[in-house]
Parts: sequence; structure tokens; C-alpha cells
Amino acid sequence: MNPLLEIKHLHASVGGKEILSGVDLTIAPGEVHAVMGPNGSGKSTLAYVLAGRPGYEVTRGEILFRGRDLLAMSPEERAREGVFLAFQYPVEIPGVSNIYFLKAAVNAVRKHRGLPEYDAMEFLALVKQRAKIVEIDEELIKRPVNEGFSGGEKKRNEIFQMAMLEPVLAVLDETDSGLDIDALRIVANGVNQLRSAERSMIVVTHYQRLLNYIVPDFLHVLVDGRIVREGGKELALELEEKGYVWLEKEPPAVAAGSAAPVNGR
Amino acid sequence: MAADNSSLLELTNRDYKAGFVTDIESETLPPGLNEDVVRAISARKGEPEWLLEWRLKSYRHWLTMKEPTWQNVHYPAIDYQSIVYYSAPKVKKDGPKSLEEVDPKLLETYEKLGIPLRERAKLAGVAVDAVFDSVSVATTFRGKLAEVGIIFCSFSEAVRDHPDLVRKYLGTVVPYTDNYFATLNSAVFSDGSFCYIPKGVRSPMELSTYFRINSANTGQFERTLIVAEEGAYVSYLEGCTAPIRDENQLHAAVVELVALDDAEIKYSTVQNWYPGDKEGRGGIFNFVTKRGACRGRNSKISWTQVETGSAITWKYPSCILQGDNSVGEFYSVAVTNNMQQADTGTKMIHIGKNTKSTIVSKGISAGKGQNTYRGMVRILGKAEGARNYSQCDSLLIGDECGAHTFPYIEVHNSTAQMEHEASTSKIGEDQIFYFQQRGISAEEAVNMIVNGFCKVVFRELPMEFAVEAQKLLGVSLEGSVG
Repeated sequence: MNPLLEIKHLHASVGGKEILSGVDLTIAPGEVHAVMGPNGSGKSTLAYVLAGRPGYEVTRGEILFRGRDLLAMSPEERAREGVFLAFQYPVEIPGVSNIYFLKAAVNAVRKHRGLPEYDAMEFLALVKQRAKIVEIDEELIKRPVNEGFSGGEKKRNEIFQMAMLEPVLAVLDETDSGLDIDALRIVANGVNQLRSAERSMIVVTHYQRLLNYIVPDFLHVLVDGRIVREGGKELALELEEKGYVWLEKEPPAVAAGSAAPVNGR
Repeated sequence: MAADNSSLLELTNRDYKAGFVTDIESETLPPGLNEDVVRAISARKGEPEWLLEWRLKSYRHWLTMKEPTWQNVHYPAIDYQSIVYYSAPKVKKDGPKSLEEVDPKLLETYEKLGIPLRERAKLAGVAVDAVFDSVSVATTFRGKLAEVGIIFCSFSEAVRDHPDLVRKYLGTVVPYTDNYFATLNSAVFSDGSFCYIPKGVRSPMELSTYFRINSANTGQFERTLIVAEEGAYVSYLEGCTAPIRDENQLHAAVVELVALDDAEIKYSTVQNWYPGDKEGRGGIFNFVTKRGACRGRNSKISWTQVETGSAITWKYPSCILQGDNSVGEFYSVAVTNNMQQADTGTKMIHIGKNTKSTIVSKGISAGKGQNTYRGMVRILGKAEGARNYSQCDSLLIGDECGAHTFPYIEVHNSTAQMEHEASTSKIGEDQIFYFQQRGISAEEAVNMIVNGFCKVVFRELPMEFAVEAQKLLGVSLEGSVG
């Protein structure tokens, strides 16, 4: 199967400081990959680089999305092509209702894909249906985007948006942070319902506990901007037990300069 | 982050779409101002002696005044002797009697601006008075309005056909001594709209005036007077555009509103004078005095303004709440982009008992724009039970612009209830990126945020205007984020 995403020897800096120092990662359609690592290891940077956030500069390497140069695309083009980022800290947009925002987003994506835009009735029906996935209150959907939402409500809203936008690649950036155990279960349950053979995910997390709920196919450990260890879901348990310290001394999993896929395929 | 800002700046640059010039023969006075010019304007209009005297009194008073400097705007000194004070498209002796007689070039101009006079004449709904440079070129729907007793015509015609009404109300709300620009206007005003709604009549349609500056180096000094008799109601709209020129042009208008017992006047403005280019070259200096007097009991005057144009905006549509239980409202959206500066707000003067006022001001600054809200609420000693609610919000786009707020509150009666709310927010790169990550372009993102911010004001505009205002806002801010 052709890979959905190929990250080849990626170097990226923020404000002139190199954060990612040669990341290789290949994802096939339908796979869920977890990226774990200590604070400051470059996890969020990887997520932002994929989404095209201004200020995150790629200095070397390339990213192919369905064989196309992802880095040449604008952030909105990436989104319309099916790259979705669930933000670690979703921003508040006062004055713009969630539902109005989502309708503009969904229709922008549909237009790009050559599909007819939803009319108000169709759209509301879809909202009703998808709201159930993360058990999001319909009141929240009418309120301004994220304004006055609790941390948990914001994260739920992210996954709700994901359900509405039906991405091909979803990047979940610390979706578990700030969630209590009940909220975590609901959010993870929502994510699991959205798993499919056509949808790949990158689950970025600091803690192993999320992976009890969202079980990844592969796990990569990022330390100092490099992937130092890779494996299956059992690696998460090992990390939980030993922490990241023992890995910080390890050499990178793949010799620098190699662009070969590292997932054993 | 530096990278973020450069992208923020890209979005503030769309073209001014009303910037074309109409090639038409004009009858123009030479530049400069003196008593002879004042007399010439008056003579050209065939005005009665009392009006010429009033103009001359104004002119002489103006000579004793100094241009105000307290406002928070900066501009090169205006050379009042280099301005042309009268310019009119050449027409047959008495002016056009109907649309058929109006120069097709003029009709074309208004069509290009989206105000097809002919079409509007057919579609019921809005009556238009079109003012081109110094004169009114056409007023539509007059017949239909006359049936219910409404007088809607150019100011010059009002002076000719209804001199007693004009004389009774002219200068009673904004006296000729009021302020530097209003006094100048009183001396040299050329045309404008006049509107009289008789007792008990609700205007069956929206009335509107469309102001267009065309000639170079010409000042526009129009004057609008609206009188609503007891129990009358009118909703009035005005729009303004001008061609792109490198020199600044002065616009000093005066609007006076009078509402008697139980009357209501709703006055909406969408101001889109040429704002100047990105470096601040050219653009209109918009120094305008607008004031309404709620003279009668239970009367109401409501100002709604969307100010997107002009290099400098200086205006404070105000209400004098004289009648008991009278109501004054001010809803404003002011946008300053690139090098634009605005100092705008309102005055609510509570004189009568149980008078109520509401102020909602939304200032948006982008580029290097500077936006100032200046407002005064004054409760006089006899205004038992007066109430005011004020809300001033500022929205900043980028980090080179500014928002300033100067609210003045003066209360001389202990029964007054005053509420004041203010906020300042900024459209951040992180917000724009959030939209983009969901597939929405930066430009559309700014539109959505700004429209959300202005929603409460747009709601006050008549339907047709609200849509226009929303589009205009998009155009004005295009290029402010990216």
C-alpha cells in the first residue's frame, strides 16, 4: 500500500533554534501512530510543522502527503486536503459561533473536494449526528468558538470538529492534557469511533495513560528532536515504568541521513 | 513572532473600488474663500436675502475662530485658500426635472457605484437624493412621498420651495457659531438633502442621500436637515464615496435632526470616502458635525454609522435629549486601516426627565491605523431618572495600530443610572491559524471575526445596508492579515 504520509529526515527550527533534528516517519492509511517524548522534545513542533503553522521553519528534509509535497501547501490547503490538527490549546474566537465557524470550515473542505456545499438543514442534521460521538452539549455548539469553555469542553470540541471535517490524517496534540479521567474516556471513545481504514492518526502525548484508551499500531519516542526508539504499544508500558531518562542516552533509532521507512514495512 | 506579523500585514491591501473619476463638464468657482465667494455661492442658488445674511454672519464668525487641535489625529495644515468651494456638473438652467433629464454620465456614475437611480426609481423601497460634488443631481420617488405629505428634496430646492420651514429649523440644532468646521459649512454649504415628515406620518420607504465627490481640489460642504413632526417616523440612510486622488480633500458637512413629540428618526451612515493609499497619500478629511434634538416628549433619535473610509474622520453624532422620556442611541463601527485616523464618538446630553441613551461603539484598527472613541454623557440637574448605557470595544489587527478611548461622564443629578463597559482585544496569529487549520483562508477568518465583533451594530442597520456594510468592511480590511 502506498504510504499516506512520509516524513523524510525532517529538520525544523523555531525562532532560529533547531527543534527537530532529522525525523523520519512513515504512515500507511488507517494506521494510528503514537509519538511520545519528554517536554521540549519536539512533539508539538512536529504537529505544527505538519499543519503549516507560520514561524515553524523547515530547514531540511521533506514531507510527502499522498505523494505530494505537503510543505509547498498553505495551511488551509493542507486542511482542505484532509490534514487535521486537534490543538493542545484551542484558541477562543469571540463573536464567531461554533456552528457558523464549522459550517464555513466544512463547506470550504467540501468545495475543495468538488462536493456540493451543505445547506443549513443538511448541516444541522450532520451536527446532531456527530455531536453524539463526543457527547458534546448542543448549547456549546451554538456558543462562540471555545469562549468560556472548560479545558475538557475545548478538547471535546476539537474532536467534534474532527468528526465534522472527516480528515484523512488527524494529528492529536496532547489531547489528553488537562482532562480528568471521565472526560478522557469520552474523548478517547470519540477518537476510537473515528478510526477507520481510510483515516490515519498521529497521537502526540506525554503520558502513557491515553494509549490505554487509544491503542496505537506503532509508537515512536521523540527525544531532543530525534526519534530514539520505536516499537509497538508495549513500548508505552516500558516508558511508563522507566521514564524517558534511560532513552535520552540512546542513539537515534535510525542512522542520521537515512530516509528509509522505519516501521518495518 | 516576526514571521507571523509579516503574514499579518499582507492582508490589509485591497483596492478602493469607488475610486474612478467621472469625466464631466463642471461649473467651478476659482479656489479660495472670501465674502465674494460666499455671495457667489448664494447668488448661484438664487437664495433669499436672509440666507445670504446668515452665511455672511457665519463667515465673519469663522474668521475669528481657530481650527481645533484637541482631537487625537494628525494631518498637514489645511490651506483654506486653495480649496474650491463650489463645483457643479453643468446642467440646463433650472436643473433636471426628472431622471430623463439627468446627464447619462451621472446616472452611469451612480450605477457603477451600485446605486442605479433608474432601477431604484422602479423598485419600490428606497428613495434616493444623489449629491454630486456641490449639488443634488436627482431625487427619486418624490411623487410617491408627496402623496403622504413628505417633503424630500435637495437643500437648494427646499430653500426655494419651502423657505419658511428651512428658516424655522436651520441652525437651531447646530448653531452657526458651533465649531470651526460647522461654521465654515454654514458660510459655504452648497447643497444637501432636506426632509420633512408631517404630523403622524410614517415614511412608507427608506429615504437616502448618496454623496459623491468627483472634482479635484474641491471641498464638499453639504447640509442635511430632517424634521419629524409629532408622531412621525423616518429611516434615513446616507452613503459616500470619492475618486482616488493624491491630494487630500476636505469634507465638512452638517446634519441637523429635529424630532418633536413621539417622533422617531433613525439615521444610518455608511461612510466610504477615499481613505488614501497605504503610505497615507491622499484621502478625504472628513470633519462632520451631526446632531439631533429630541425636542418632544417620547421622541427618539438613533444614529448608526459604519465608518470605513476617509484619511481623517472627526465626527460625533450626538443627541440632545430635551423632551421628557426621550431616547438617544448611537451605534458605531469605525475602521482604520493603513494610515487612516479616526476620532469619533458621540455626545448624549440629558436635559428632560427619564431620558435614556445607549452608546455602542466598535473600533477596528489595522495596519498603522489609529482609532479613537471620544464620547460624552452629560446628565443635567433636572434630568430626573436619566439612564445611560455605554459600551466601547476595540479590536486590533496586527501590532502597529492603535486604539484609544476617551469617555467623559458628567452627572449633575443623583438619580441617574450610568453603566459603562469597555474592552480591547486583538486578532491574534493563533486565531487566524486556527481558522486556516480548519480550511478557512486568513482573509475569510478576519471577515468572520470582524463581523462577529460588529454584529450588534449591523443589526441596527436597515437590511439592505447591513449587507452592503458587511461587504464594505471586508473590502476595507482586505490585506490586514495573511
